[in-house]
Order: sequence, then structure tokens, then C-alpha cells
Amino acid sequence: MPSHSFILNGKPVTVEAPADMPLLWVLRDLLHVTGPKYGCGVGVCRACTSHLDGEEIQPCVVKVEDCQDRKVTTIEGLADGDTLHPVQQAWMDCDVSQCGFCQPGQIMAAAALLKRTPHPTDADIDRIENVCRCGTYARIREAINRAASEITP
Amino acid sequence: MDGFETTAGSRPPEESAEAAPRAALSRRRFMVYSLAASTLTIAAPLGCDTSTAQGATPSAAPAASDVLVTGTDEEMLVLEVTAANKVVVRLPRVEVGQGITTAVAMMIAEELDARLADVDIPLADARTGGNQYTGGSNSVSSLYGPARALAATARARLVTAAARRWRVPAWSLRTRDTMVIGPGGRTATFGSLTASAAKIRRTSVSSKPKPAAKHQVIGRPTTRIDARAIVTGEAKYAGDVTVAGVKPTVVARPPTIRGKIVSVDDRAARALPGVRAVVRIPGGVAVVADSFHHAFKARDALRIKWAPGPLAGLSDAAVRSRLKAAVPRLGTPPTGSTQIQGEFEFAFVSHAPMEVLTAVADVRAHKAEFWFSTQTPMEARDAVASAVGLPASAVRVHVLRGGGSFGRRLNYDAAIEAALISKAAGRPVKLMWSRNDDIRHGRMRPASHHRIRASHKDGRVVAFTHSMASVSESSEGKGVVNQAAFGGRLSAGPAPSDSGLYNFGRISEDWGGIELAIPLGAWRSVDSGTMRTAEEIVVDEVAASLGQDAVDFRRTTLRNKAVKAVLDKVAAAGQWGRSLPDGHAQGVAVHEEYGSCVACLAEIDATDPKNPRVTKVVMAADVGRAVNPRGLEAQLMGTAVDGISTVLQAGLHLDRGAIREGSFADFHWARQRHAPLRFEAHIMPANGEPGGAGELGVPAASGAVANAYARATGTKPRRFPLNF
Repeated sequence: MPSHSFILNGKPVTVEAPADMPLLWVLRDLLHVTGPKYGCGVGVCRACTSHLDGEEIQPCVVKVEDCQDRKVTTIEGLADGDTLHPVQQAWMDCDVSQCGFCQPGQIMAAAALLKRTPHPTDADIDRIENVCRCGTYARIREAINRAASEITP
Repeated sequence: MDGFETTAGSRPPEESAEAAPRAALSRRRFMVYSLAASTLTIAAPLGCDTSTAQGATPSAAPAASDVLVTGTDEEMLVLEVTAANKVVVRLPRVEVGQGITTAVAMMIAEELDARLADVDIPLADARTGGNQYTGGSNSVSSLYGPARALAATARARLVTAAARRWRVPAWSLRTRDTMVIGPGGRTATFGSLTASAAKIRRTSVSSKPKPAAKHQVIGRPTTRIDARAIVTGEAKYAGDVTVAGVKPTVVARPPTIRGKIVSVDDRAARALPGVRAVVRIPGGVAVVADSFHHAFKARDALRIKWAPGPLAGLSDAAVRSRLKAAVPRLGTPPTGSTQIQGEFEFAFVSHAPMEVLTAVADVRAHKAEFWFSTQTPMEARDAVASAVGLPASAVRVHVLRGGGSFGRRLNYDAAIEAALISKAAGRPVKLMWSRNDDIRHGRMRPASHHRIRASHKDGRVVAFTHSMASVSESSEGKGVVNQAAFGGRLSAGPAPSDSGLYNFGRISEDWGGIELAIPLGAWRSVDSGTMRTAEEIVVDEVAASLGQDAVDFRRTTLRNKAVKAVLDKVAAAGQWGRSLPDGHAQGVAVHEEYGSCVACLAEIDATDPKNPRVTKVVMAADVGRAVNPRGLEAQLMGTAVDGISTVLQAGLHLDRGAIREGSFADFHWARQRHAPLRFEAHIMPANGEPGGAGELGVPAASGAVANAYARATGTKPRRFPLNF
């Protein structure tokens, strides 16, 4: 079985896995990094949203071979030690979560958005496709705006 | 259990200070017991009346080292203060996002004067008796009395223990931040007092819960206790559980609902790397493999010949016409009255919790252990035990937090399948339904047809009739993966909808139905989500035909002052009647249930009727007493999105015995771009004990969205979802 090396949340990892194995299952089943969640497996619900070289990806539709020597960041790698990322902190401050299952993906999508667009408009936020079945969208919007003003006032 | 009485003075086991619940609830009293233990451990009966509670006859006291407990204690809510200064209450409910663990932690922190961070609310394993049911929006109201009584008793013990240690009068002591504070500012943590408090027989201070006026935690908007675990990815769901040797497992399912296997050729699948077992179960063919990637690959390599399911010839159009034909006739309207009549159709709707059904099962020869999220753990345990031929006493079910439920986890389909697979494969398995499985084979809110007629005369409604028919699940279709419908009425019977909300003269309801071999389940707010929605549309149409404003008409015809008050609240806060551009409009609706009531005002931009956007939602709720207003606001926010989704865009099609939709790509649950840009929730001042809240908002939000759409487009909404 081929071996794949990449940087996961700041640390180099090497896994033996089929080349076409989706990153999601490499993370969850082989590396036991369970923050990214399965919600559809086809890149639609986006519960697994993580970052590849700082850009948003859906690991359920990214093959592990495409991550070779690249930087994979999951929700577990977003905080700086015990200091939460401003998006995570805004999520706490706005008490965004309900069941919480989609929130790692929502937070990673929001962090990627703010990196691209430090002061997003409502239309920018509307383009986030991540499903929240509990319907916390209003608090997600509030938290993104709050984080935006924290990161670049 | 040591059944001695625990209260201050010489009174018998104590009645909770605020045991005069809201009129809608039965009168309950809460007795508290002390459990012989080396740490302070207090128990209160749960969800039963005093007579039942007294059945908790003291049994032989366990050894002092035992914290817990068997037999009747299983039916109780138990609080333990640990030496590490944690307050632990194992909750016989499930957390699926509704915030019950936070609400209970707040009740405990309030009465103990503990820091919220020192209160742990793990979920209890399946018990042998008592009330472990999560549903019907009853968790807060059923726990409010016992949780506070428990904590207040524990506090009295801790204070008494500190008084003895310091040889000072107990009345001179205060409690704060999980500590007792004495003269001169000396302090003792609860943890340092728990061993001596466990030996206290009689307390020197009152063990009554505080009067509501003294509440500092209850009623204060509070962030979820698991918020940090969620935002860091540490919160664990069934799929995240690790058990030695457990293997990922998926099931190949038929193309039609409940299709049957004719033959299986699993040679290619078994030859693939990482495949550990292939197992036939009633729902399909399971593959157990080293990863979900391997499992899905092998599933897709199975060559299965399927026989069509029992509904193979059936599609939506036929279901709709059969439902229509099953609606009982309305009867004769009052003489001389004018009729406003409407027929309403609701499609099937998936629960589609974000976390698909997942269950870890480890079935051995003489025992079994399970990990999954369930609203009905005791029934689930009995069902999995029976499925694998073990006595229930040999089966342990660990209840995990769920990634959403909306009623879906009343049923435990995946756990039964996991049990069968683990038994056949001879190893622990982690069964996960794919999203396709969830939407195409999972449970649904039943489709329904409603015929509603309001009769008015001389400007007043003199009769209001609602006849409906919905699909129920036929018993021959249920098989091994079905159970009784908890909290949901899926068969014919009296309707719960309260048309008596309004002074509409003669109120009548009638109910018919059709049976199909199709997996159904109670969906958040159950029948109210369709019945009240349709009724609120008719209320608007009656108002219009009488030339009255929709809010004014409701205000003059509503019976209950509390409902009028929430309506007035949203009308004022949402600026009812403000001028809006063409294609935009407001709509309102109200609902009363679970001892609570709610109003919703929605504003919609339906300039493009095929692609409407609800731009603003204002809700107001009177739940008697909101334990956590922030949590209540979250529940209302969620129900607004339920209303937007089910009324405007999200439903399931039945095509020749199969569900057409297969993921969130075509089951159009609202995304951020469909959610209101502005959302406000107003919580009415506390005026009693808590009513239910989790499901409350669905009918009002749905009705308000439908009424706003009607006004914006000049149409009469009749078939839901409207854009389907």
C-alpha cells in the first residue's frame, strides 16, 4: 500500500493508505482525528470542512495522494495551544452551537472566508454552503462578523 | 439506599418549595433521599408522582464505599459531590443540541451555589426503570423540580457539615463558587466537605430550593457548557468512539424502500483489501472493513439482486390522491354562514440530523455493549437484546450525545442492525448509515392532507372544522427495525391540534389515514407542524375575507391572554404593518402547546416566487420560566429555519417506491442564504414553572412564513414545500 506524508496540524505524519482513499477517512479511521465529521461523503453538507495549505477543502472528496507534502489543518489544529482562534472564540461568545456536529466545519469555513475576505458582506456570508440542520445560521453570521472585527478591526 | 429523611427540622421528606406547577402540569412532589456512600450522594425520584416515588422503599443499605446503587435508585436523579469538588449528575436524558445538559447544570449550580464549570452532566446509561425518555419537549419541565430539590438538599448537608467542622452556627454560613464561606472569610470547598456531609442525618439549615426571586443562574442567558468542546472538535459522537477491535461498517440497501434480497454474490467484495466480514441482515448486506473507505468500496462491489419493495408501484401523485380520499368529510356548516375553505398538502420530510445514524455494538456470547445516541435508551436496550437473543440484563447501552435528532433518535434502527451484524461477524462494529441511507431509507414526517373550513356569519367565525388524513406505517412493513412511535401519533385517533386557540364557535376535528409500508417517525412538533400551519393560513384568509388585519383579527379572537401577549410582542417588535416594497410582505402566526405559547412574525422577499428569501424573523415565547434564555432563543432560531425549510423548499418525493432525494444536494434544507438576515427572539417575563420549548416554535414559524409568502405573492399556499 502506498505511503503518504503530509503535515497534519503542524506535525508531520505518514500513513499507509490506498491512493484514492478520501482524506476524511484517513483522518478519522487511520489517524483518529475525529473533528472533521462525515455528513454526506460527496462534498455537499461540508461538515468535514478543513484546510489544505490554508484553503478550505472538503476532505470527503479530497484524495490522500493529493495531500502529499502539504499542510492539512483540521479543527483540532486551529487554536494556538489553549488560545482559541478568534473564530472559535466568537463561536463561544455568540453561543453558536446547538448539536455541534456541523460546527467544526462551519468554523473552518468561516476561518477560511475571513482569510480571503477580512470584512465579509452579508452576500459573502450567504455564499457559505455548510448545512446546519439545527438552524443556527443567525448566530453563525453574528459570530463571523464578530470575529472579523477581532482579527482586523 | 438509606431512606432516612433529609430535610431540616423534623419534617417528612420534603415537598419542593415550588411544587405548585403550572396548571397544565400534574401536581408533583419531590422527595429526596440520601444514598449511603463515602461522598455526598443524594437522589430524587424523577418524573413520577409522590405515590410512585414512595414505592422507592429503602432496601438494604449498600456498603459505604458504594456510590450507587441498584433497583429503585435507578429510577432516580442522583447527585454526587466528589472529593475533587465536582458536582456530578448522571442525566437520564439525551443531549441532541437542545441544551438540556446546560439547563440542568444551571438548575444544579443555582441551588448549590456551585460554579457552572464545576457541574458535570454526563448522560446516564440505559436504566432498568423510571423515566429516561427524551421527547415531547418535556425534559426541562420534568427535571425542574427534582434537580433543584436535589441540589438544595445537598447544599444544606454541605453547610451543616461545615458548621460542625468549624463549630459555628450553620445559619452564619454562606455558599458561593462551590464553597462554603464562614466567619472571618474562611472557606471550605464542597469537595473537602463531601465525606462529612455524607454522614449528616439532619441538616441545620433549610433544604428548600430558593424562591425564584433569588435566582441568579436560572433565567440568566448562559453559554452551553459543552461550547468549548464543540468548537475545538473534542465533542464525541458515536462515530468518534473508539472501542478495541471495532471495525467500520456500512450496509448495501435496496433501490426501493424495503426491497428484499433475492441473491448476493459477495466474491468480488470479499476479495477486496481490508474487508473483514460480509453479513446479511433484514435491511440489506453489511460490510465490515478496516476503514469506511474500504467498507464503501466493498459495499459497491457487492452484486445483489433485489426484489422490489412493497411500495414499488407507488409515487407521490397516488399517495396524495389516496390521502385526499381518506380525509373524513366536513359535515354541514351552520345555516346561513359563509365558508372559507382550504385543502392543504404536506410532503414527506426527512429528519436528516447532521450526524447520520451511527451505532457501535459489541455483541458477545453472553453479553453485549452498545454506544449510540438515543431518545429511548431503555426501549432500545430491550430491542437490541431481543434482536440478538440476550436477556436485557446482559446488555449495556451507553447513551451518547447526538448530532441533532428532531425526533429521529426516538427510533433505534441502526442499533438493532449493528447488534445483528456484530453478532454475525463475531466482533465489535461501528455501523454508520450513509446520507443516502438516511434520506432514502430513514424515517420521515408523514405526508398529510388537510381540509379546513371556517364558517362565518355577521362578521364572526361560528364554526371551525379541520379534517385530515396522514400516512401511517403499516405493521407488516415494520419488521425488525421498527418500534412503537414514541411521542408521535402515527395512527388514526383524536388530533392534538388546538383550534380552540380561537373563539371560533363550534370546533371540530376529524382524522383519517392510509397505511403504507414506509419508515415514518415523529418529527419535531409532530402533528402540530402541519395542522397548526394549515390552520394559521386559514385564519389569515378568514381575516382577509372579513376585511380585517391579520393581527387585529387574531387579537380579538384569541382566547388566551398569554397568546395575545406574544402576538402583541412580535407585532410591536417586528413593526407589523410597516410598508415594504412590492413582492415583500410580512406574515404572522401563533401556537400554544407544552404549557407554553409562541408567536412569529416573518418578512419575506418573494420578488422571485420561485426563490423567496425570508429576510427577517421575530419570535416571542412565553414558556412560563426560561431556565436558559440563550438556549431558548437558540431553539426558536432553529424552529424558524424548520419553518423556512419545510414550507418553502425541503421535502421528499416518492418515485415508484423509492425516495428521489439522496443528500442535502436535493433535500433542500435551508442554507445560510435562505436564513433570515435578522432574527430576534423575545422571551416573556417569567410567570411560573417552565413549560416545554424545544418543538414549540415550529408551527408558528411555518405559519408565519406561509402567510408572508401568501401576502407577498397574492397566492394561496396549499401544497408544501411550495417550491418542490
